[in-house]
Amino acid sequence: MFKLDMKTYTLATDAGDISYIDTKRYLWMASLAYALIPFLGIGTHALFGHQAWLALPLFVAYVVGPIMDWWLGEDENNPPEEIVPLLEADSYYRLLPMLTVPLHFASLIGAAYWAGTQALSWWGVLLLAVSAGIANGLGINTGHELGHKKTQLERNLAKIVLAVPAYGHFSIEHNRGHHRDVATPEDPASSRMGESIYKFARREIPGAFRRAWAVEDERLTRKGVSVWSWENEIVQSYAVTFALQISLIAAFGWMMIPFLAIHNFLAWWQLTSANYIEHYGLLRQKEPNGKYERCQPYHSWNSNHKYTNLVLFHLERHSDHHAHPTRRYQSLRNFKDVPRLPNGYNGMFPLAYVPLLWFRVMDPRLMALPHIDGDVTRVNVDPEKKDALYAKYGVAGPNKSIPTKETA
Amino acid sequence: MGSAYECPGCGYQYHQDLGDEHEGFIPGTPFDELPEDWVCPDCSVRYKEDFQAMS
Ligand SMILES: [Zn+2]
Repeated sequence: MFKLDMKTYTLATDAGDISYIDTKRYLWMASLAYALIPFLGIGTHALFGHQAWLALPLFVAYVVGPIMDWWLGEDENNPPEEIVPLLEADSYYRLLPMLTVPLHFASLIGAAYWAGTQALSWWGVLLLAVSAGIANGLGINTGHELGHKKTQLERNLAKIVLAVPAYGHFSIEHNRGHHRDVATPEDPASSRMGESIYKFARREIPGAFRRAWAVEDERLTRKGVSVWSWENEIVQSYAVTFALQISLIAAFGWMMIPFLAIHNFLAWWQLTSANYIEHYGLLRQKEPNGKYERCQPYHSWNSNHKYTNLVLFHLERHSDHHAHPTRRYQSLRNFKDVPRLPNGYNGMFPLAYVPLLWFRVMDPRLMALPHIDGDVTRVNVDPEKKDALYAKYGVAGPNKSIPTKETA
Repeated sequence: MGSAYECPGCGYQYHQDLGDEHEGFIPGTPFDELPEDWVCPDCSVRYKEDFQAMS
């Protein structure tokens, strides 16, 4: 462990002093390093000469990440609720996500420079685009952390960092759409039982785009402003994307068009992967007044795995994030008895990419959750899989009866 | 003095006197006139009926 000054927070209360030491305080700097991951490939390529080194960032993300989560295990430590205001006020934590913003620009520009100036074969360029996409998928995560905050500085930095992978509509879509509709069939960013990630992506990516524009249009209409104005926060972020990506095409030529397309898509794909695993199959019930019940801790999948949580600003403590969306990463708490993933995100993503394996691992976990308790009618099910899943779990679907021994 | 309401989840405050310019509610808009399906503009996880009147 680092021999750094671990800050102790102490609060005097009637019941005595409450104190808390954040052992992760300096480890949060991992997100700074991870934002620069393409340079790991570029640096080793420059040093050792073979372009295969450009695959090193992928190896770190998809092999080292899951192994580290398995090896370092989980951290269930929580700051006491009373200490949370002290943590929230500590400017050190506020500074870190802000500092990563320019690093995401550096990653894309650096990878584009290397792709545009070195004699690489097509797969060397592809590896650079993919590793920059992985770094800027993390940029969407930084935009997520910043976009939930109440200061104008943090909200503006969210728009700026989201511009790098051309995903400027995310803050509005996520804060005003996903958090409102989470774990309902109406949410394009909540995956359904029986829905593969590939099917989910075709619903999520366009659905998120449409919802963001609809929400922003509604706000601007109330203000009496055209949706095509600089007040449109999506337009603001897209303008930064346009300036950045056109400059890269001007600097390094037409090969930047496929390079940027792959980079952008890979970054979006990281988000799609996270969305896919965060609420798989979970469903809020409707109340008598027709509104959905408030989002509860059991409406999100969680992971306390140390390594990926450090890289992702505690995103995997997802239940507390949905309970307190404006709460800062350092204060997010682990809840007892919430849906738990068997590995961190970096291990769960590749599992999701093989749908049959995903269903085999996750469907039994989903059905075993205490609030579902084997009742498939309490699950957010893909409508096309409804008959089959209802039959499998012993409930009559809308169009079929339960198969008996004779008909099955 | 207009009325004021607070989000019990995140502490966002709606003051009738101030409205919420960013959200498109001009100063003087009473809380009652906000849309019925309105959710907290900061956290989005508390509905209009969850808001608590401030004294
Ligand atoms: Zn709120």
